[in-house]
Amino acid sequence: MLSVSGLTKRFGGFLAVNQVSFEVREGEILGLIGPNGSGKSTTFNLIAGALRPTAGSIRFKGGEIGGLSAHRICRNGIARTFQIPRPFRKLSLIENVTLAAYFGNGSSDRVEARRHAEEALALVGLPADPHTMTDGLGAAALKKLELARALATRPTLLLADESLGGLDASEMERAADLLESIRTRMRITIIWVEHIMGVLMRVVDRVIVLDHGEKIFEGLPRDAAHDPRVTEVYLGQRRT
Amino acid sequence: MDIYLLEAVINGLLLGGVLALLALGLNLIFGVIDVVWIAYADLVMCGMYAVYWLHVAGWPLWAASLAAIAGVAVLGVLVHVLIIAPVLRAPPINQLLATGGLLFFLQSFTTLLFGTDFRNIGVRLPIIEMGDIFISFARLLAFGFALVGAVALYVFLKRTYLGVAIRAISQDREIMGLMGVDQRRIYLVTSLIGGALAGLGGCLLVLQYDVHPFLGNTFGPLIFMICVLGGLGNMIGGFVASFIISQIISIGGYYYSTEWAYVLAFTLFIVLMFIRPRGILAR
Repeated sequence: MLSVSGLTKRFGGFLAVNQVSFEVREGEILGLIGPNGSGKSTTFNLIAGALRPTAGSIRFKGGEIGGLSAHRICRNGIARTFQIPRPFRKLSLIENVTLAAYFGNGSSDRVEARRHAEEALALVGLPADPHTMTDGLGAAALKKLELARALATRPTLLLADESLGGLDASEMERAADLLESIRTRMRITIIWVEHIMGVLMRVVDRVIVLDHGEKIFEGLPRDAAHDPRVTEVYLGQRRT
Repeated sequence: MDIYLLEAVINGLLLGGVLALLALGLNLIFGVIDVVWIAYADLVMCGMYAVYWLHVAGWPLWAASLAAIAGVAVLGVLVHVLIIAPVLRAPPINQLLATGGLLFFLQSFTTLLFGTDFRNIGVRLPIIEMGDIFISFARLLAFGFALVGAVALYVFLKRTYLGVAIRAISQDREIMGLMGVDQRRIYLVTSLIGGALAGLGGCLLVLQYDVHPFLGNTFGPLIFMICVLGGLGNMIGGFVASFIISQIISIGGYYYSTEWAYVLAFTLFIVLMFIRPRGILAR
């Protein structure tokens, strides 16, 4: 479904992503992990079109999308959420989501957009009445809104950026279950960047580990825990 | 209440309507595109010339006005494509210089075309007498159409998804693209609407004032001051500030002279910038 090859992003003299390659299979949940500054968010930004790659290729459903503008990539079927929710504070919940439904798929059908927005809000468990504003929403509700907005664009690939950040233990479990049900019920492939390893490892099919902009591991979650490079990155260098 | 003072208050209210319309246009553009069109009042002047010349050529006033609104709307798009878009990511001072350059270009170009004569459209509208108060029908008409323009803009921004996108993009530019919104299209539509509002302003002002190439020097600082006073990009703030400034000018003109009223308005503006630098309605 998504094929990333030799992806590189340089900011001046700083190499944020260096020759990263991986494939994403249709219907899977792929975990993308690594310490702070490892290049996860930059990789997301490159795939979503918020940044242009310095080098490399990003192919989605057979077509090259590397360097396309963000709105065209969104309309191709890739949506992303943000680690820190970024709702439009002056718009109501339903306006936030309907906007994504209306423009995200390029259909420009008002009734259909409204229906998709209501469905997305219902899926994440938020009200769709026109008077509920984003003010006063807690961390969990804002994360849900972020997810509803991404789902309303009717993506086939969802880039979920730290969906568990700021949530308590029970909210984390519910958020992880929600991502799993999105995959099964809506057949949406997911790449999930996360720092909360326990929950992530339970849900993902495969995991990719980045460090200093380079891919250091790709495989099953249980194998990642025993990989010496991954252990070194997360626990520090072993003393011999 | 002194009858002449009441007349001044009513005239201030009527002037405030037109200023509010123009402030809405400038605020809309600033709020969405994040660039101050210093030459906005000069687009109004272009609209006034368009109505004037079309009417002189024999067009009925309504047709000349519609054509002027459409023409200035297209001019707004051209300004965005040719002048704003190339400096969109440049430092604000470069953007200011670019739109400032446009101001001098429009003034020089209209001087080249039409000379520096003050031209009056020659449409004589009646004066309405209400008791001892006299109100210019042209001002009343301008106020009415300005309100219609403002309400139409409000409905567009509130009821259409394109309007909602315009409101949203002023809150977070980056995320709009990631939601499938083509930022360039939003900018073009905003410039079109901003231009159309300037065109409408031109149609309303040409009924009250003579048109000349430097008319923007009168209204430009006034509109800019209103927008800053209301909080740049804050449409409600601009709307409120329009009526405050128009009342200062009108009542100040009644008690002293129009020149003193302008001095008073700009002094108040400077003082308020120390007290409320983000605008009178800033929280």
